[in-house]
Amino acid sequence: MILTDDDRRLRDGDEGPAVAAAMDLLVRYGEALDAERLCDVRNVAGTTTQPSPVKARLVAEGGWDRAFSIINLDADDTLPIPPMAVPTCQLQHGFGRDAVGVVPYAPEMVALQDDAEAFVGARGVSVLATCTPYQVGNLPVRGEHCAWMESSAVVYANSVLGARTNCEGGASTGAASLTGRIPCWGNHRDDERRGTHHVRVETPVASFLDWGLLGYAVGDAVQEGRPVVTGDLALPDLTDIKHFGAAAASSGGVELYHVPGVTPEAPTTETAFGGRPPRETVVFGPAERRAAHERLNDQGTSEDVDFVLLGCPHASLDQIRDAARALEGRRLADGTELWIMAPRALAAVAERSGYTAVIEAAGGRVLTDSCPAMSRTAPTGTRVFATDSAKQAHYLPAILGIEAWFGTTAECVDAAVTGRWRGELR
Amino acid sequence: MTDLRQPATGSRVVLRGRTVVPGVVTGEALVSPETISGWGGIDPATGTIIEARHPLAGVCFTGKILVFPGAKGSSGWSGFFQTTRLLGTAPIGMVFAVTTTKAALGAVVTRVPALADLDADPVAVLRTGDRIRLDATAGVVELLDRADPTDRTDTTDTTDTAAGEDR
Repeated sequence: MILTDDDRRLRDGDEGPAVAAAMDLLVRYGEALDAERLCDVRNVAGTTTQPSPVKARLVAEGGWDRAFSIINLDADDTLPIPPMAVPTCQLQHGFGRDAVGVVPYAPEMVALQDDAEAFVGARGVSVLATCTPYQVGNLPVRGEHCAWMESSAVVYANSVLGARTNCEGGASTGAASLTGRIPCWGNHRDDERRGTHHVRVETPVASFLDWGLLGYAVGDAVQEGRPVVTGDLALPDLTDIKHFGAAAASSGGVELYHVPGVTPEAPTTETAFGGRPPRETVVFGPAERRAAHERLNDQGTSEDVDFVLLGCPHASLDQIRDAARALEGRRLADGTELWIMAPRALAAVAERSGYTAVIEAAGGRVLTDSCPAMSRTAPTGTRVFATDSAKQAHYLPAILGIEAWFGTTAECVDAAVTGRWRGELR
Repeated sequence: MTDLRQPATGSRVVLRGRTVVPGVVTGEALVSPETISGWGGIDPATGTIIEARHPLAGVCFTGKILVFPGAKGSSGWSGFFQTTRLLGTAPIGMVFAVTTTKAALGAVVTRVPALADLDADPVAVLRTGDRIRLDATAGVVELLDRADPTDRTDTTDTTDTAAGEDR
């Protein structure tokens, strides 16, 4: 791999041992990818603060300098961690203070995370604590080279915003935050951003549910491909397209898609493919829509719902307001809980706007920072959960060993109020 | 040096690929027919695949050379495999068909010899229980002994790196 004079200077320790370790990791990683060179990044979204047993041990041995060195730089020694070299934010992590007494989550994990927030905050990491940094202050511009983790955020940044990031990990984002570098590979390169698969939509896709079903079917069909989606599509809003990308990055490994006329690198279908023919054409019709719905519902047999989860990826203000409207004047069934996960910054707006009071009056909760899958935590005794998120329906049954129902937001709210799942595909 | 343990086919089985992480290791292959998830897919504490619908659910990869099509799922992939190294439950080598950032970074932070983008599909050619020599520095993986339920006496020997070199 070609290193610039500046890359070598960082690698050789001119900016201290932590930066040298970061550059060593980036060189090993770049060579593993067969990247020609590194590129400059000025926007990093990673994770340091999420508690884990290994992190607790490392912190006990040598503080957060040690945990960051071992995990975020893949180093062997405890190195003093300097301020971040480029703007960096913390993604979603464990439950925070607002969940204590509501969520059955270990208080020592909350304390460990508080400690981590103080450590990274002092080094210039903005603690957005959400899987949707693009909703709350980290909105990269088109063409901006980024180093982001979180598959649903990566696909949003690449596709909806036209920013450029691969699906990074904890060590590569840690190293990028101290150097402003990342391997120039994959989604950073013009020729790796053109469409590979043509998805022809032949059934109307208009609702939040439809966009999730479409994403789940597309991810399954194209896996790591770059789909170009055309056909019977209504103009999606932020909430719809957030659901679509997260679903496609769950059933498959989609990091970049194009919707001609909607997403920025696809003014036309032809541009989206860069003049090359698609590798494959995939049809999404009524049968594929039904199959996606059935697959998302194949983990549910009992219709007695104990728990409803909304806001995966973290809810937009529209989603919180819609949930409040659906819950207004109603009351959750005994023994059923409803959580809406949101970025803390938007939870503040929801509270200020009165949405949270309506949700809480019905017995629901707006919670921040995390989700049941990230924290491996649901209400005590949960056996069956319902969600309007294809991603959460995909992951949570395996993570918590519970049954799942997937449907519309209205069906989920109905399940929370009645304690029964009565959803069906319409 | 004569090696009497020829592959069942009687001919050499050698795959060539691209170095992901250099290094040489000999050991038993664990072949996953499907892609592997990190987050929600493995338990680093036990070095076990835990994804319920995965064909290797419940199988331990610790001390094995993991042969798999590629990485899927969350961006936590590399962190989960890094944790297997920190907890002593890691595989001793990786051979995968398709390079992604998840798998490449995962191999780097697991710090085991790793090879990708091979000239034949490693998942189709190799079988669980095969004794293989992975020379990721040279970009070669070689079958030493075909897995055979009636002849599995030496599959636990992971120290002999010379066997089969002068066939």
